Amino acid sequence: MSEQTLRQWLLSDEPTSRRQARLSAWYQGWLAFRSNTLAMLGLLILVFLILCALFAPLLATHDPFTQDLAMRLQPPGESGYLLGSDSLGRDIYSRLLYGARISLYIVLLVAMVAPLLGLVIGTVAGYAGGWLDVVLMRITDIFLAFPRLILALAFVAALGAGIENAVLAISLTAWPPYARIARAETLTYRNAEFIHAIKLQGAGPIRIITRHIWPLCLSSLVIRVTLDMAGIILTAAGLGFLGLGAQPPSPEWGAMISEGRKYILDHWWVATIPGLAIFAISLAFNLLGDGLRDVMDPKGGTQ
Amino acid sequence: MTLLSVRDLEVAFTLRHTAPWPWQTPDVVHAVNGVSFDLEKGQTLGIVGESGCGKSTLIRAIAGLVTPSEGTVTLEGQQVAYHSKADLTRLRRSVQMIFQDPVASLNPRMTVHQTLEEPIRQFFPDRSAAERKRNVKDLLDRVGIPERNANRYPHEFSGGQCQRIGIARALAAEPKLLLCDEPVSALDVSIQAQVVNLLRDLQREMGLTLVFVAHDIGIVRHISDEILVMYLGGMMEMGAGRDVVTQAAHPYTQALLSAVPVPDPDVKVIPQILTGDLPSPLNLPTGCFFRSRCIHATGACAQRPALRPVGATRAACVRAEEIARIPA
Repeated sequence: MSEQTLRQWLLSDEPTSRRQARLSAWYQGWLAFRSNTLAMLGLLILVFLILCALFAPLLATHDPFTQDLAMRLQPPGESGYLLGSDSLGRDIYSRLLYGARISLYIVLLVAMVAPLLGLVIGTVAGYAGGWLDVVLMRITDIFLAFPRLILALAFVAALGAGIENAVLAISLTAWPPYARIARAETLTYRNAEFIHAIKLQGAGPIRIITRHIWPLCLSSLVIRVTLDMAGIILTAAGLGFLGLGAQPPSPEWGAMISEGRKYILDHWWVATIPGLAIFAISLAFNLLGDGLRDVMDPKGGTQ
Repeated sequence: MTLLSVRDLEVAFTLRHTAPWPWQTPDVVHAVNGVSFDLEKGQTLGIVGESGCGKSTLIRAIAGLVTPSEGTVTLEGQQVAYHSKADLTRLRRSVQMIFQDPVASLNPRMTVHQTLEEPIRQFFPDRSAAERKRNVKDLLDRVGIPERNANRYPHEFSGGQCQRIGIARALAAEPKLLLCDEPVSALDVSIQAQVVNLLRDLQREMGLTLVFVAHDIGIVRHISDEILVMYLGGMMEMGAGRDVVTQAAHPYTQALLSAVPVPDPDVKVIPQILTGDLPSPLNLPTGCFFRSRCIHATGACAQRPALRPVGATRAACVRAEEIARIPA
């Protein structure tokens, strides 16, 4: 009974509070999202990975750092190694679980830093116009002109190897597309009549940008970020593979592939299994992003 | 008492992109060319003219959304300095505007309550949350939106309802002058009358002064005490609403009036079809603005005529008296 009334409350035509109105909008988005099977698959994979990362200590069968050289390069399923062991006799399954933490940590940090930077630069450029727009957008163009991994490599080389620096380097290379999107969205809104109306109410540029333009840019940014997550993970894995991301013995997936590279012909699982994990998380983010776009795209007309 | 007084107002936009290099001269769009009028408190001024004649730009300039390039605007006896922050604040407290596209004039991500609360917060910062809530309720009551809809988003309302919300938002500042930029041209005919009547009721109850812009002289006639006819950013004719409609002196006004459909099959109206297009506001014609399309144009029209009393109204036409004698 309570579920039925909750549903009615959420779908009410006349929300009685702002909270209810907002929850109702979210719920309607969720209903649309739920009908997209592939997006739900992506979400499930992602939830599964997040749970794995959260409960890694409970799920792991071995310590991810303990070496056992006598049991090195065991194939999957043998001697209690669910997914085999690597060249130092560490359990790949346990390392994979702890590696999920690192990947999600990187993704989360980049997803917080890069879009924020892009949002600020893009909306200011778009709203201010004139020479500020020209200067900010040319800087954006310069950043866009570099291949992403190479630029990240340069930053890491300058800052020193490590996860935090990898995050910083990836963020510094990932913001330009967000700035472009935010600027484009701002340009469509800056001459909208509701912005004129708000100006007449005495709002200054800062309030217009932060209170009115940012919320409107958010949905397209969220979609873009979700679709970019796969790229962020791949860049992070690439940096790890090149030895510039997480440092050994940390179980970062890219670094694990890098270690397995030497044995790829005789002991395929060492490189393949972390590769599959990267594939799964990238695919999940792409599916999720596509689904979110269908729900949130302002051009879709649902909201 | 004169609330608003506009003198020789001109608005010109410089098209910078037409002159990328410093030695080139940019094109200038002359949107408003020398408009002057006085508006008494509690009165309604209707502004009519075809699309692109600068009527929207004129009221946007009065509201301070675009900066006038020449001329003065005086509000309650004090001239408005558009570059001064203090003056703009004063202007915004007393002058508010409603817009043409009712849906686009509301932020799609804000509920009605949030939309209305924002100006209250801005103009009356010392009101408490409870007072603001009551304030929003009063505003919604005024425009006939049930309060239970306050937490809905704009896309859940019809165009007419959105326009009512836009009016409520303009009223939140408790303005003296309400500028209406074609407030009904995006609405259904049946809804148009409702919104116009709402504006009249509000005007009576709150003593508002209105400037009502429209390209449909029929609606303007219904609401206005005085009518200003604009063409190419200039004033063609001005006078009391009844007189402009029944005794139009300017050939342009006559052409506009003949385009209004009369809901009576027995009345024969001979439409005067204007040929040609509006001249480009980039190169204003010399002499009378209207002479390139005027059927009565002669050599005398090469001098730009000033607005002068002709019969019941004031018209900017040198041949107004002669034209009046030509049987229609």
